Amino acid sequence: MATEAEAIVNDWGGGVHPYRVGHRKLGMWLFIMSDSLTFSALLIGYAYVRASNVWPTPFKFSPSIVFSSIMTLVLLSSSLTMVMAVSASAHAKRSTARKWILATALLGATFIVLHLYEWRHLIGEGLSPFQLPAEWAERWPGATPLFGATFFGITGMHMFHVLTGCIYLLVVAGRVNKLKHEDVEISGLYWHFVDLVWMFVFPMIYILSVDAGK
Amino acid sequence: MSTHIEFQEHFAGSNKLFISVWGWLLLLTGLEVFLGYIHLPVAYMLVILMGASIIKAALIVAYFMHLRFERLNLILTIVPALVICICLLLVFFPDSFRAQGLRYSPPPAATEKH
Repeated sequence: MATEAEAIVNDWGGGVHPYRVGHRKLGMWLFIMSDSLTFSALLIGYAYVRASNVWPTPFKFSPSIVFSSIMTLVLLSSSLTMVMAVSASAHAKRSTARKWILATALLGATFIVLHLYEWRHLIGEGLSPFQLPAEWAERWPGATPLFGATFFGITGMHMFHVLTGCIYLLVVAGRVNKLKHEDVEISGLYWHFVDLVWMFVFPMIYILSVDAGK
Repeated sequence: MSTHIEFQEHFAGSNKLFISVWGWLLLLTGLEVFLGYIHLPVAYMLVILMGASIIKAALIVAYFMHLRFERLNLILTIVPALVICICLLLVFFPDSFRAQGLRYSPPPAATEKH
């Protein structure tokens, strides 16, 4: 295996690094580019449907906005712990790096739990991908039933990324002694990207759907 | 491996810097939540929220993802292409606004909300 890995490094290495990053890190950046287009398409599709339809604005301060704000805080803090992990790894403090990575994964798991709780609340109200709760349909006559489809689609896709990120981080934490610093940094890139996407999902899905009363 | 040149791993940015970036991100998030509760026209809301989100995204990419400390040619490979592609997606909106004019209007008895 090692020789195969070396062969790949040699094939791609070429002795020069025009970007001053390794091929794996460049690969992660390319993945992030394609993934940002996926999320952009989802969010812009959502904006398209929203602008052309009657759209419910049902999120009450409690629990939806409180929960989503705490989730934002959790995710932002997880980015900070990830930065600390990368910083520790850069200074070759591997066990410190492992602790920070595990803290990051724990915050990610907290995010998922909070998000699922918030989903359960909405499903309990009667929201499903292609149907609005009867109460909402009455309050916003003629509203499109696509609220649930966009909501579960976008936040579900994001949650899937968080879940994948947690698994990825656990693997990195477990193998931190064998990995190079750059590999830890690459897992950090992925994690920050998941955080970044939430910075758009949160205002577009939650803040713009705040129940302003009456 | 003889041809493989190990480039110098440099790690720029202090913990203090990262904590202050985190503080700014929290502050902007707080602003966004606050905006949800003052009644602004939706167009202003959208502009301010997207503006704040883009600033937050830029802070994350520049400092947390370390892009600010990378080589300029990496930045130029990643950022402009992405910005242009995402802007191109906005091409569908004229149709969305057309459909807005065709949307269901409730019978007079139940008119209020938008």
